[in-house]
Amino acid sequence: MPKDMGIGASSKRREDVRFLTGKGRYTDDINVAGQAHVVFCRSDVAHGRIEGIDTSAAEGMPGVIRVFTGADFEGVGSIPCGWQVTDKHGEPMQEPAHPVLAQGKVRHVGDPYAAVVAETKAQARDAAEAVEASITELPAVINMKDALAEGATKVHDDLRDNLCYDWGFVEENKDAVAKAFDEAAHVTSLELVNNRLVANPMEPRVAVGDYASHDDSSTLYTTSQNPHVIRLLMGAFVLGIPEHKLRVVAPDVGGGFGTKIFHYAEEAFCTFAAKQLEMPVKWTSTRGEAFMSDAHGRDHVTKIELALDAENNFTALRTETYANMGAYLSTFAPSVPTWLHGTLMAGNYKTPLVYVNVKAVFTNTVPVDAYRGAGRPEATFQLERVVDKAARELGVDPVALRRQNFVTEFPYQTPVAVEYDTGDYNGTMDVLEKMIDRDGFAARRKESEARGKLRGLGINSYIEACGIAPSNLVGQLGARAGLYESATVRVNATGGLVVMTGSHSHGQGHETSFAQVVADMIGIPEDQVEIVHGDTARVPMGMGTYGSRSLAVGGSAMVRATEKIIAKAKKIAAHLMEADEGDVELKDGKFSVAGTDKDVAWGDVTLAAYVPHNYPLEDIEPGLEETAFYDPNNFTYPAGAYACEVEVDPETGKVDVVAFAAADDFGNVVNPMIVEGQVHGGLAQGIGQALLENCAYDEDGQLLSASYMDYAMPRAFDFPMFQVDSQSSQTPCTHNPLGVKGCGEAGAIGSPPSVVNAVVDALQSGGFTDVYHIDMPLTPDRVWGAMNGSATGQGAAQPAANADDTTQARSVGDGTTATH
Amino acid sequence: MTVTTMTVNGKSRSAPTEGRTLLVDFLREGLRLTGTHVGCDTSQCGACLVHVDGQPAKACTVLAQECEGAEVTTIEGMANADGSLGKIQQAFQDYHGLQCGFCTPGMVMAAASLLKENPRPSEQEVRHYLEGNICRCTGYHNIVKAIMAASGQQVEAVAAE
Repeated sequence: MPKDMGIGASSKRREDVRFLTGKGRYTDDINVAGQAHVVFCRSDVAHGRIEGIDTSAAEGMPGVIRVFTGADFEGVGSIPCGWQVTDKHGEPMQEPAHPVLAQGKVRHVGDPYAAVVAETKAQARDAAEAVEASITELPAVINMKDALAEGATKVHDDLRDNLCYDWGFVEENKDAVAKAFDEAAHVTSLELVNNRLVANPMEPRVAVGDYASHDDSSTLYTTSQNPHVIRLLMGAFVLGIPEHKLRVVAPDVGGGFGTKIFHYAEEAFCTFAAKQLEMPVKWTSTRGEAFMSDAHGRDHVTKIELALDAENNFTALRTETYANMGAYLSTFAPSVPTWLHGTLMAGNYKTPLVYVNVKAVFTNTVPVDAYRGAGRPEATFQLERVVDKAARELGVDPVALRRQNFVTEFPYQTPVAVEYDTGDYNGTMDVLEKMIDRDGFAARRKESEARGKLRGLGINSYIEACGIAPSNLVGQLGARAGLYESATVRVNATGGLVVMTGSHSHGQGHETSFAQVVADMIGIPEDQVEIVHGDTARVPMGMGTYGSRSLAVGGSAMVRATEKIIAKAKKIAAHLMEADEGDVELKDGKFSVAGTDKDVAWGDVTLAAYVPHNYPLEDIEPGLEETAFYDPNNFTYPAGAYACEVEVDPETGKVDVVAFAAADDFGNVVNPMIVEGQVHGGLAQGIGQALLENCAYDEDGQLLSASYMDYAMPRAFDFPMFQVDSQSSQTPCTHNPLGVKGCGEAGAIGSPPSVVNAVVDALQSGGFTDVYHIDMPLTPDRVWGAMNGSATGQGAAQPAANADDTTQARSVGDGTTATH
Repeated sequence: MTVTTMTVNGKSRSAPTEGRTLLVDFLREGLRLTGTHVGCDTSQCGACLVHVDGQPAKACTVLAQECEGAEVTTIEGMANADGSLGKIQQAFQDYHGLQCGFCTPGMVMAAASLLKENPRPSEQEVRHYLEGNICRCTGYHNIVKAIMAASGQQVEAVAAE
């Protein structure tokens, strides 16, 4: 029976009431009395030298308060990068400066070089049109391989070249991997693209800076997944404001998906300008600006090779990846293609030898950073595509090949540093095979064929790493932050309590699920628990929400703090019942003494804590408030098996997803309804990547997909009803108190290879036996092209007769590919 | 500046406008009804959907002065008279049809228009009607369920499949 409250219950979300009645309080809903508005002037060329900026006409326009340029930010810090990757020679990555407003050069379309502050938004917009910038256009580097060519134009003149780093992992394994390939009975290789995406949370970014001269303090309201991180990065590294003089508030946030983790120039601008002008300054991004200023995601080009022995055991894996960093290093950008990607290349398999090489490249494009999954979708896509191709080449069942190579004993030390604590990959595959009626597929294919359609089935596994992360470990790997989480539980005299959590909810429903956990631990109604987040003035400390870490890390901190509360409350209860503390039990909101009829209610204990008339004052302090910091000792490893069924129209190349099933193991589940919702959303983003979405630049660096007219956001009719199951095969995490693993990204990680595997399967069934791969997104144009003689994803190994004319060409120029 | 007056959620409301003031800015900035959201510049996302004289309209693409004297309904006007959630709103909560909540006002307003035109839509009719409303969180799965349930049709419970 499903539970009706507490851990395991599908409690309805309390936050829904305000969102459904128009009472949500998003950043753009915040207006500070006397605020001015800023509009940024952004580069319309990909690369250019700023010869001069004439602001005089703009300054004379109605309502204009001041026009800022890069010169106003000399002496102000650079937007910092939070992770330093060390290359394969032991040298630190190249790390360019990132000024708040461009100085000297503009480096991507959308790079802000001036900012107009005026009394109204319309006046600021009008005056921004009157700013005269003299910018000499320079040759731009967009294609990553061009950017690394000898003598290529440099994005940053003060760096050696456009190579951020050349990373090898595990470098010591390189020769052993090469030897395993020499000895392999079979080698399968594949070149592929992980297409550049734009996260596109429905709420565009907003920043409101405010300054109080009476106490010299600054406040920033911003659309962030982690306000404390912004306080630290912006306060300490950019503006030189101590944390005790800076408050950052991230109220209701309309989706994040990674792109609202990072510290952005506009946040620093509004905070800086508010202090300079001694008036609040507000910026609201347009969607067009969001496309050219929100950090993008993915954009990898990879060659992957899998070595197998004569019994089809995987013996070694080798990859070479080019990862686009864009023009500047966004907050966590260097970690995504390295530590969040290379460490997952063993996948669900006991491949003993793995070598991953990643070259991170600067180009004249928008910075690229974490987007839902961040590194793990890229790892899963290449691995699950190459395994599928190997099965096809060897003529074996793709599920059987996977099962044969699954890790089955835990804990399992991978050859890529991480240790999987627990899992059951056959278990989720069993669940999946039941969900999809695999035996009935042949009949369904026949039925499709009778209607002139090709039907394909794609199945794959995935594993990912969540709950980032042990601070000492990430410190060794280059993180410039600790990745613990904190929680404070403040119990009030009348028994209700407030949890102040450093996790941030921007759609995940923490206000409901976190309350379920604490209410369950104490045995009080969920409505007695209030969850507070998103404000550095109300929450003592926090590292925020990303990497599916909120429940695994933030929830664990909350559990630890609640345990401290219960321990203290038991002491008070023991005093009230004149019993030994060790004999006191807490159940259903009542303390009792084992073997007696003595009991005292939760509310009586909390009242005693604040009205300590009858209280052990000699032993413990009054009050009932506890804080805990939780630093995990490993990542968590959600895993599962996904299946996609497609129909392809051979006349047009159009792909329809007719069924999609996901069997996930997230360990224990607190709120099944919310977990299913997270999977649904992830699937939509993963299927969107596979079929629809592509952030395209032309060869001059013009961003071609900068609106919803040009960037194909998935719509309701692009999907079938999903089948999801995260209840039937669960292996609880062994190292956090809730046994939870994280569910926020799995859908986006596991689903792209399912779709591509399915389309390849469909085409193969239709006699297109030379089609082994098609680069995402699998638009009708590309699929039709694959069926009609275009290159089919074999890249340089098997170029099409006229690659430049096809959508498969891995270079820019036709505007349909990502930046490689 | 002119003063523009319309009936919003049953009450006569006025605010100053310029010729270029959009209906969405009149609502959000003039009347401080911030439930109607702006998610794009090109009339695709539907976060700003309201009803003008009973018809769905994207408030980012309508000039406020065009609506002089009109009857406008926003998300703030969709609850029952006693303040409880209306039928569609309640179905969205019951079926977890929202996550971050940003697209939700537009989704609810679109659903209301759909059910007025077509009281018992099929799943495919719901999906196609929502072409002009983008959600990035839910994968639409539970939005479709919520709208089907609000139309009185049998829908599987959430988290029980």
